[in-house]
Amino acid sequence: MSTAKIMLMVIIALLPAAIAGCVFFGPRAALVLAVSVISCVVFEALCRIVMKREQTVSDLSAIVTGLLLGMNLPAAAPIHAVVIGSFIAIVVIKQLFGGIGQNFANPALAARIVLMLSFGEGMTTWVAPYWYKSVDVVTSATPLSASWINYTENGVSYKMAPFSLAEMFLGVTGGCIGETCAAGLIIGGLFLIVTKIISPCAPAAFIGSFALLTFLYTGSAVETVYGVLAGGLLIGAFFMATDYATTPVTAKGKIIFGIGCGVITFVIRSFGNFPEGVSFAIILMNLLTPYNDKLTLTNPFGAKKPVKAENK
Amino acid sequence: MNKLNGIHLSHDKGTKDCKTIDFPLPKTVVIPMSQHMGAPCNCLVKKGDPVTKGQKIGDSEAFMSAPIHSSVSGTVTDVIDYLLPNGSVCKAAVIETDGAQTLCPDLKAPVVNDRKSLIAAVKESGLTGLGGAGFPTHIKLNFDPSKTPVDVLVINAAECEPYITSDYRELIENTDDVLNGIKLVMKHLDIKECKLCIEENKPDAIELMKKKTEKIKNIEIISLPSTYPQGAEKVIIYSATGRIVAEGELPSNQGVMVMNVSTAGFIYRYTQDGIPLTTRRITVDGDCIARNKGNYFVPVGTKVSDILSHCGAEKAGKVLYGGPMMGMCLYDTDQPVTKTTNAILAFKEGRKPETTACIRCGRCVRTCPLSLMPLMIEKAYKEKDVEELKKLKVMLCMNCGCCAYACPAHRPLAEINQLAKGLIPRK
Repeated sequence: MSTAKIMLMVIIALLPAAIAGCVFFGPRAALVLAVSVISCVVFEALCRIVMKREQTVSDLSAIVTGLLLGMNLPAAAPIHAVVIGSFIAIVVIKQLFGGIGQNFANPALAARIVLMLSFGEGMTTWVAPYWYKSVDVVTSATPLSASWINYTENGVSYKMAPFSLAEMFLGVTGGCIGETCAAGLIIGGLFLIVTKIISPCAPAAFIGSFALLTFLYTGSAVETVYGVLAGGLLIGAFFMATDYATTPVTAKGKIIFGIGCGVITFVIRSFGNFPEGVSFAIILMNLLTPYNDKLTLTNPFGAKKPVKAENK
Repeated sequence: MNKLNGIHLSHDKGTKDCKTIDFPLPKTVVIPMSQHMGAPCNCLVKKGDPVTKGQKIGDSEAFMSAPIHSSVSGTVTDVIDYLLPNGSVCKAAVIETDGAQTLCPDLKAPVVNDRKSLIAAVKESGLTGLGGAGFPTHIKLNFDPSKTPVDVLVINAAECEPYITSDYRELIENTDDVLNGIKLVMKHLDIKECKLCIEENKPDAIELMKKKTEKIKNIEIISLPSTYPQGAEKVIIYSATGRIVAEGELPSNQGVMVMNVSTAGFIYRYTQDGIPLTTRRITVDGDCIARNKGNYFVPVGTKVSDILSHCGAEKAGKVLYGGPMMGMCLYDTDQPVTKTTNAILAFKEGRKPETTACIRCGRCVRTCPLSLMPLMIEKAYKEKDVEELKKLKVMLCMNCGCCAYACPAHRPLAEINQLAKGLIPRK
């Protein structure tokens, strides 16, 4: 096993959802992904040259970052914004803090948040699936921004989801390139768990705590499943909340991290100003990781608890 | 009972069916005066002295030590300063063999009829733990029954390192010696039960021992999972008895004594023939061994270069005392086989994987049998943070090497753990 092999496995795991994104959102999506990956690799190489450090492009981590960033952008994102995002991810977040393993926050997510705050319209224009096959550009709502339809029948009021669960599962909805195809993300996530690249602790705690809170709040199983499949939750849980550098090391720490992400995501989605809260949740928990690590040290085999020194 | 962490290694026990044969007597032997844990011996011979096989040539007044005997008959040609693999220097007797292997006339089988005489006999035999660490056996046997009574004898036949089969051959070839040694120790030290632990990758040894002990109630054969480091003292105690030897404790604090299977076999043989520890069974293996792979009885002091030329491995890139995980690398192939050598492995010089940055994947933590956190220890070591190192319990590390083996960034974590121990002031 080597760092490059691990990164290669992550890239393979991301491919199903990335390919699905390109199918749904067309050549423009592929362009965004390509620009993102290439600019990340170029920034990484340039950075190492300028900093006079050994070259680390061959560890493939820049490709992972590029792919994740691209998958977290809408297919209509302006190309210059993609390049700026890559710069923030690789140069500002990753390399200025010491390169691979040293960054305090997930580079792709931090870049996405900066872009979201800086390029409001470009970052929130969502094209509809298969838009490239029609004559006009068709925009769409995302599963989280679209409203549920209320209607009353025979005196009982119902809520209808803007997208069916089948559409949500396959990813035929508006949204970021790589986040819509739940099926692809689950396949990729399971692949990484089975090959022991990632531990199931954080994703399980993340998805589990979010689902539990949503169910308690809404009382609806459909809304719960809908919420889990919607937005960036799955890509976040499987691919961002399991990032080695920015999440805790021990199983205990990973579970705390996952629960924290689940709770914050639920709070932002249900009560916040933004329709989506996964990015913020993960970044906030990233910042707590050093403390989390300190609180969740292992208990070594045969270690004696320190005896408190008596005051004399 | 929780399962302790560990790693799965390929076993490579290609020499398991190689019956032990006598290694041809070398022309000269080099016998260092420090082959055990504890104080080195004073050399009792000088240049020109004639010696016989089994003659005591090194001894010490120190509590923690074990006498050294000549493994050959011949003439002392020199007494040299010898650089041990751990970096310290001791005296070593260079002896030219005369080929007669005349036994020392003073040797006779000891009379063992109680605890005291057993311990005295074991001390006289120069026996040190044959598993590798070389703890003088008479000290281990001399526990204080009033303070730390021992009720379980754990016989370590796990042999969890790849390649090595010398303990396995002891079980197969000297089954009765092992059992008699166990009975002798149990009888005189008043230990109630024995657990003989064998890894499950040696099913024929397990079956043989089970058959042999069918009618013996207090010797239990335990089949252990084949994970490395199953044979580490604390790990095997936990696996066999469920007892946890806490930091700063000896196994006897938990009522356990661990003994290597070859050590047990030797104790019995010594009580029969009175020949001290001068010959070792070693496994010779590795991808550089062109011919004569196998198990040998080798006189202590035989130069490794003699073994390599016998086996066509003169051009080996890396030669190890012991297994690939915990074995020690030779700096010079003229270094000798010692009491604690259980294998000589010769490998082609492999490509050293490049060390890259830690990615915090946590594999070192997940594989550490003691649940230490090598990645945190490395960080604290770099910052020379002694308090943090103490909190991380680096002193518990037994240097099994699982962390370094599992690290995808190929960081020398096991080595750093050892260096970090050096930062903690000794009380």
